[in-house]
Amino acid sequence: MTMPENIIIVKDLVKKFGNFTANDHLTFEVKKGEIFGFLGANGAGKTTAIRILCGLSYPTSGILTVAGYDIYSQRELIKKNIGYMSQKFSLYEDLTVFENIRFYAGIYGLSKKEIEERSERLLERLDLQTARNKLIADIPLGWKQKLALSVAIIHDPKIVFLDEPTGGVDPITRRQFWDMIFETARNGITVFVTTHYMDEAEYCDRVSIMVDGRIAALDTPANLKEQFHVASMNDVFLRLARSKVTTEE
Amino acid sequence: MSSFAIEVTSLSKSYGPVRALDDISFSTGRGELFGFIGPDGAGKTTLFRILTTLLIADAGEARVEGLDVVHDYKKIRRMIGYMPGRFSLYPDLTVEENLRFFATIFGTTIEENYDLIRDIYVQIEPFKHRRAGKLSGGMKQKLALSCALIHKPVVLFLDEPTTGVDAVSRREFWEMLQRLKAGGISILVSTPYMDEASLCDRVALIQNGSLMAISTPAEVVEKYPLGLFSVSSSNVYQLLHDLKAFQPASGAFAFGQTIHLSFTPGSLKEEEVNAFLTDKGHTNISVNRIKPTIEDCFMELMGSEVAKSEYQHITTKERP
Repeated sequence: MTMPENIIIVKDLVKKFGNFTANDHLTFEVKKGEIFGFLGANGAGKTTAIRILCGLSYPTSGILTVAGYDIYSQRELIKKNIGYMSQKFSLYEDLTVFENIRFYAGIYGLSKKEIEERSERLLERLDLQTARNKLIADIPLGWKQKLALSVAIIHDPKIVFLDEPTGGVDPITRRQFWDMIFETARNGITVFVTTHYMDEAEYCDRVSIMVDGRIAALDTPANLKEQFHVASMNDVFLRLARSKVTTEE
Repeated sequence: MSSFAIEVTSLSKSYGPVRALDDISFSTGRGELFGFIGPDGAGKTTLFRILTTLLIADAGEARVEGLDVVHDYKKIRRMIGYMPGRFSLYPDLTVEENLRFFATIFGTTIEENYDLIRDIYVQIEPFKHRRAGKLSGGMKQKLALSCALIHKPVVLFLDEPTTGVDAVSRREFWEMLQRLKAGGISILVSTPYMDEASLCDRVALIQNGSLMAISTPAEVVEKYPLGLFSVSSSNVYQLLHDLKAFQPASGAFAFGQTIHLSFTPGSLKEEEVNAFLTDKGHTNISVNRIKPTIEDCFMELMGSEVAKSEYQHITTKERP
């Protein structure tokens, strides 16, 4: 049996802002095709690390490869091979559903023919044909989030980063969104996801929990629960993060 | 004087073709911690803005402490505290300057009402000379709550105070609310997190501008019309897939490591689920009867209406 290849490799990642250390010697790998949960309290340093992995910010030090490319010298190649979606920023509100698809597909360099084919397929799969010419501002949040994920992977990236993709979404849509995440992973795209919903942490293949700029734990949900002798990921999280809240900043 | 903190009768508000609030009625008691539970876009913020006199309804009536939100808006504004969902303090003023500013415009001082905010403010006081815009999310939230409390309001409105906040800070925030409630303040709070419902005295479940239920969290759970099993096996993904196709059940939803399987009461036995899953090749099967959570209840109430109502929400506005 061959070991799955590591699609993200992070060795001794340090990121400092002045004398504040946001990422303090992070070391971890993400396996190809897995759903990797990246958890942590507010201010623990998650966003900083994600920005670096997406090629949007340089680390202070450390060795990092994303999708097989070096974070210092091959940032443009990284950007071409990843997708990104967050609750805060995903689609343009005053463009229509179809215009958003065409816009993102164009940015990722898809040909006119590919754009045609993929947008039709996407609209059909999401059952959004009737909403094709609606403005994003006028469709429900649940639809937006599903469309946003589809658009983020329209160029078949190797990895997709999902930053709190289900925040504020109703409970049924939240589950439908996770169905899409499972499908994405089954299609071979590695999923790197953050969330404040601890039941969603249970759906990840492996979970890391950041506390004060460091990775305090990293394992499968089952192993983490066993290690901390608790019944749920919520309890694992509370154990690790609770003692640290007063030291925030 | 009214015995209600808030009374709302047949309130409606539309934005163009979108009905943000659709004929809503409810009331909350003095000293009650009342929660509005629902996803983004359900109408929570519209309701809060009407009650805090910042927006006028199309139809219906709303009273805060017996005062009409339209005619008596000036009186109401002096009596209430409001923490909007979006951070709305002055980012260029320091922590202390923001607090002093809000105390001053309400004709009071930080010192006069310090007791009320002490628990919360001590946690950010070490950073009182820092600009509010430079605070972390959790700190901003504590400052916003302090500013909403500094004039000793009778009714406190908190619009999604815990959205985007991690599980630990959320728990601490609710502990703070319980202490405020014990001090006699009436609180109206909204949240998209279903698990926070159980921390309220009473809740209203809101979706697409309509109230689906108003009662105590315990009653919401009691009124759940279906039977419910918590089911697990070695392969959770396959389990969900198989249970979704299991005809005798009414619904199957993932809840972390287990699947909640709902059914018409009396129509399904543990052994039948067990046999079905064994037949499908599952191992380590466990089927247990459980009480529903608020999230189960919310989804049941949303039910098959979801797809339909979402279609209704799609407006007719199209690009030329």
